[in-house]
Amino acid sequence: MKVGLFVPCYVDMFHPETGIATLELLERFGLSVEYPVDQTCCGQPMTNTGCEREAAKTEELFVRNFGKYDYIVTPSGSCTNQVRNNMTAIEQTDAVKHVRSRTYELVEFLHDVLKVDAFPWAEFPHRVALHNNCNTLRNLRIASMSERREEPFSKPKALLGMVKGIEFADLTRPDECCGFGGTFSVFEEGVSAKMGQDKVTDQLKSGAEYVTSSDSSCMMHQEGCARRMGANLKYIHIAQILNGARA
Amino acid sequence: MTAELHEELTDPHGEQLDHGAASSRPLKSRIAEPQPRGAKIRGNRPVDQSEAANRFMAATEHEAMHDARLWDLRQKRDKEMHGIEEWEELRNLASGIKEHTLSKLDYYLELFEKNATANGIKVHWAKDGAEHNAIVLEILRSRGVERLIKSKSMLTEECGFREFMAHNHVEVIETDLGERIQQLDDEAPSHVVVPAVHKLRTDVASVFAKTIGSDPDNADAHYLTECQREATRPLILSAQAGMTGGNFVVAETGTFVVCTNEGNADLSANTPPLHIASIGIEKLIPGLNELPVFIRLLSRSALGSPITQYTSHFRGPREGGEMHVVLVDNGRSERLGMEKFWPGLKCIRCGACMNTCPVFRRSGGLSYGATYAGPIGLIIDPTFNVHKYRNLPYSSTMNGSCTNVCPVKINIHEQIADWRKTLAGDGEISPVKKVMMKAAGEVLASPVVYRASLPLGRSALRHLPHFMLYNKLNTWGRKRDIPETPKQTFNEWYRKNRKSQEKSQSEGENS
Repeated sequence: MKVGLFVPCYVDMFHPETGIATLELLERFGLSVEYPVDQTCCGQPMTNTGCEREAAKTEELFVRNFGKYDYIVTPSGSCTNQVRNNMTAIEQTDAVKHVRSRTYELVEFLHDVLKVDAFPWAEFPHRVALHNNCNTLRNLRIASMSERREEPFSKPKALLGMVKGIEFADLTRPDECCGFGGTFSVFEEGVSAKMGQDKVTDQLKSGAEYVTSSDSSCMMHQEGCARRMGANLKYIHIAQILNGARA
Repeated sequence: MTAELHEELTDPHGEQLDHGAASSRPLKSRIAEPQPRGAKIRGNRPVDQSEAANRFMAATEHEAMHDARLWDLRQKRDKEMHGIEEWEELRNLASGIKEHTLSKLDYYLELFEKNATANGIKVHWAKDGAEHNAIVLEILRSRGVERLIKSKSMLTEECGFREFMAHNHVEVIETDLGERIQQLDDEAPSHVVVPAVHKLRTDVASVFAKTIGSDPDNADAHYLTECQREATRPLILSAQAGMTGGNFVVAETGTFVVCTNEGNADLSANTPPLHIASIGIEKLIPGLNELPVFIRLLSRSALGSPITQYTSHFRGPREGGEMHVVLVDNGRSERLGMEKFWPGLKCIRCGACMNTCPVFRRSGGLSYGATYAGPIGLIIDPTFNVHKYRNLPYSSTMNGSCTNVCPVKINIHEQIADWRKTLAGDGEISPVKKVMMKAAGEVLASPVVYRASLPLGRSALRHLPHFMLYNKLNTWGRKRDIPETPKQTFNEWYRKNRKSQEKSQSEGENS
């Protein structure tokens, strides 16, 4: 199984440790993982804003970089959603279709493809609040959502549950969007920041020491709000916890 | 000045009822926070929703109450949903029934007209708001009507009905309490189900003090309701005509159904001898067999109550009375022909998407500056005026909660994305967004340019990549800290720590 690692632009730039943890974690399962060094982005900022034409060249580059892999894995559900469900600015060739159907968010890849049942190296004796990115939750269906009448399930919780010592903190509005929303965070800054502050307040009330998520983008926004608010909360990507980060 | 409570406003133990209890908690501050007003409307210029939203959030008591009240409705909705095992099946059915009816709308409309006419209802057809208003005015004038009582109707908001009637010297009295508050305050409804939900009780006290002479310092919900009841009841009793909307129009029986919680539609319809119902053509359903699917979903989705207090079927005029139905198109036929946007016509106006929308809860419905606010508004309003409402589809994080609470399964968040594409394609996108995305598209398409644009070292804002913060105002940093830039990017780390190994490995293999 040949795996291509996609490290989204903002992870590359601001959270390299998330990329490193993802790579190391996948290697722990004996996979041959490659990171094509000419990668940039999935095209989401443009598509998200409605500028599909402007996304075309970035999408083409993505397919050129990742066409040769059996699976493309990335520590971002939001980018996975873009590739899988919205990469439509370019002609849908076989290569494009292959890349779109083979791109997985890290948690679903571990849970659904590798069917991992243990992380013997992982231990995280802390109180942790879980945040699901909205694309990851409602479009990739990584967990059941409170809007629907369905059997409760959560792939990230199932994986985190295998980590020694971890304790979950419950939020009062677990599925409420944190207000990042991609370019929304810049274009509609006021509402975005207010939603972020409310999310941080909920996390504080839950008694969490850490917040974790399979998406760095939401956490970058939440962490920015938390720091400005002087809130004592730490943000860590799920890949780091599963890879055995100690704190 | 005190008002005696009617018996039905207290329960047998003398305690206030649920909704009243929630709204009668004492307010925190002693000085009333003034109510923020809605979006500034400047002719046909694009509405700036975020400007109005920022003003709403600056009124912190209003924002907090609004968010808490609507989130409470969402939670009550969830509770009701869990009580119905076949909930998702009901949503599928409701969506399917609406889709079927819309696909044969001409047939069902004519069937309704035939059956309603046979029941003694006079059916009128209006292609737009102006035609609707003219038809209603003609009916009223020919019968010498000077005062009309009406129940809440979003369609008449679309038509600018009240303003038109005021201009033509017909007095219109709203009978829904929330809508009456909005009428007296000369403000549009902010929500399709709870039209004055953006107001605090102190706001209502101030409106009533000015308009019906209540005590400006008494903001008790029961007192205010009672004052309004006393002021409006004589007007209702003396009105010569009544108007309602219609939630569901049943083709096979030629009847229509009106759902309310205050019974005000029944009052409007049954008190005067003349009843006019203004109804959008998308409200059709085939038969009575289909109706319960919607009745079970409507109030559970809207307020989290099992059913509306009043679910009234209208079949025809009373003896000696008249009943008219005005079927209004007002852009609906055109919308039906829009490949991506026709599903918006399935909407039953429950407001669940508004209650769940995190942007709506923090912005207030009037910030949208359009008849329809919130998620459903984002996808309907541009069909009325694409230029004026071109910014609205951006007032969303596209989190998808709306789509999943929608009882008729409208793919709201997908349509929001589709609207963005359509608007950008038609040149209806703000220049800032266009320039920024064009730049981003070029940078991200080239690994070399992209790498060159990245911040170097641990520097602050001035080195943040241009394509992420191409904005003089640095909106990110106003209320949030900027993420620290790490010593090296992942790419750099990989080249140093792995790429060199790869090379030496492959060199080793080759030798």
